[in-house]
Amino acid sequence: MAAPVEVSLNFDQILSSAREVYGSELMKMADEGMEFAFVCSDNVAPSSTVGKFMAKYPDRCFNVGIAEANQVGMSAGLALSGRVVFSQVFGPFLPLRAADQIHADIAYNDVPVRLIGTHAGVTSGGGPTHNVIADLALYRAIPNLTVICPADANQCARIVRKSMTYPGPMIIRIARGAEPDVYADQNYEFEIGKAITIKEGGDLTLIGTGSAVYWALMAAKELAQEGIQAKVIDMHTIKPFDAEAVISAAKETGCVITVEDHSINGGLGAAVAEVLAENSIGCKFKRIGLPDKFAILGEPNEVYEYYGMAPKGVAETARTVLSKK
Amino acid sequence: MIDTKNIDMELVKKLEDKAVEIRKNLCTFIYRIGTAGHLGGELSLTDMAVALYYKYMNYDPKNPKWEERDRLILSKGHCAETLYTIYADLGMYTMDYLVDHFETLETAVFSMHPNRKYVDAIEASTGSLGHGLSLATGLALGARMSKANWRTFCIVGDGELQEGSNWEALMAAGHYKLGNLVVIVDKNDLQMSGTTSETISIDPLDDKMRAFGFDVIEIQGNDMVEVCAALDSLPPADPVTPKRPICIISNTTKGAGVSFMENVVAWHAGSLNKAKWEEALESIENNRRVR
Repeated sequence: MAAPVEVSLNFDQILSSAREVYGSELMKMADEGMEFAFVCSDNVAPSSTVGKFMAKYPDRCFNVGIAEANQVGMSAGLALSGRVVFSQVFGPFLPLRAADQIHADIAYNDVPVRLIGTHAGVTSGGGPTHNVIADLALYRAIPNLTVICPADANQCARIVRKSMTYPGPMIIRIARGAEPDVYADQNYEFEIGKAITIKEGGDLTLIGTGSAVYWALMAAKELAQEGIQAKVIDMHTIKPFDAEAVISAAKETGCVITVEDHSINGGLGAAVAEVLAENSIGCKFKRIGLPDKFAILGEPNEVYEYYGMAPKGVAETARTVLSKK
Repeated sequence: MIDTKNIDMELVKKLEDKAVEIRKNLCTFIYRIGTAGHLGGELSLTDMAVALYYKYMNYDPKNPKWEERDRLILSKGHCAETLYTIYADLGMYTMDYLVDHFETLETAVFSMHPNRKYVDAIEASTGSLGHGLSLATGLALGARMSKANWRTFCIVGDGELQEGSNWEALMAAGHYKLGNLVVIVDKNDLQMSGTTSETISIDPLDDKMRAFGFDVIEIQGNDMVEVCAALDSLPPADPVTPKRPICIISNTTKGAGVSFMENVVAWHAGSLNKAKWEEALESIENNRRVR
């Protein structure tokens, strides 16, 4: 196991937006001469870095308006013409509205489209119509898809660049924007499909994905003050899933808790549970995520606290689970 | 009305003969695989498909991945057996190969719905209705990005136009003025529950297509003279200059060419026993147009 990478355990709230940073990365990649197309629906502010990229490279950028099903199909068609396509969609209306197109046009045709679904989980606010809570469950059941939830903006940019030479279709699931940086050192080893242990600990394992990695780290920090050492894993790739990382962490700590901004049904927690059960790994286990109901109305941070997904709640769950160890 | 006075009648006769042959081979294929084909829709689009593959598409059957080829998306993917039959006739496969590799699990190449992974000539795997126009719009935009002169054709069923995603795609194609895109509506006015016009009408289709920014050509799609006239009238596929995309409303008869199938909704999908197969072949011959 590689040594833990350096993470922002001080948590001085260096906020970065994946939506902004990946736009900058697209600009850099285009400036370097990389060929790709960009498609978006009507949600890219002209003042954003993606907006600036579109202004500089108009011949490769297409706005489809508010039409997600067509956006996904059209992106597949562009990819069939022989190029990588980045396609940014307002997340709440990607997985369920365009599910058939993701399934048939992107995955079944096996084309290099990188769907970037923004406002993951409950990050958009605005109530359950705008919550992205069932997407991982859907994506996990569609063959050929690679599904990635970057832990922070810089990791998202790395994935975007790496995806230029990665085969097949990919979903990149990002939060609304202005999320804390997780990684202080950007030179850590990153491989699609390979989980990253970002903090070692022998008492329990917290596995997070996407912006929940930060919550897991914060919870680990709180627990450490009480002498409880939590291993923290960044499960940035949901498909293909790094089962080995789960198995070894479970054997090592005897206790696994998953954290995700998604329904507890069908997402990261379900994937981890499947691995544990199918490999006959006996350990304490708990999923933290949104319950099987339409979420209470509130600002994202309030919702997270309400459902025990915020760091304090994660730490509290860890204490409860450990007390039964 | 389409202007047909300058049509090359020798070409028309040649294509009509080919369409007769393809119809017969198609029925034989369906008979030999012993499972249901979508003969109604497959026969309605046969004349257009023959005209495209044997004359009007820039296409090399010996090199189906030729970069400069025109692209054809079969949005009504359940009618793929017409294309398979044409591919066989063009020398890409033998009829025995088609039959021996149709849904044969480990060795399958062909299925009711086309899969580009197995068949080189298939541009996009289709089957779920309402997807082809988005794919074709993306392809046409891709040609524009590459400044490539190939054209994208998309064959869509009229019943299929009830899917809302089509209208999103048409809106985008019209907005981007994709003059290198040709949408062909195989308008046979039948779907599984009866006539399209009585199920959920898509008419007036010509007005709708014009409103979405298309130039419209309306023809009798089982009359090779009109099919050729429509395809002759297409302007060069200029990928760069914004121009109105083109919609050919191809009014056809479901089951065209086989009298007992014509306008019979039951032949949306069906299989042929020996007697029906022989009757179909005889009917196709009897319906051969004499010019």
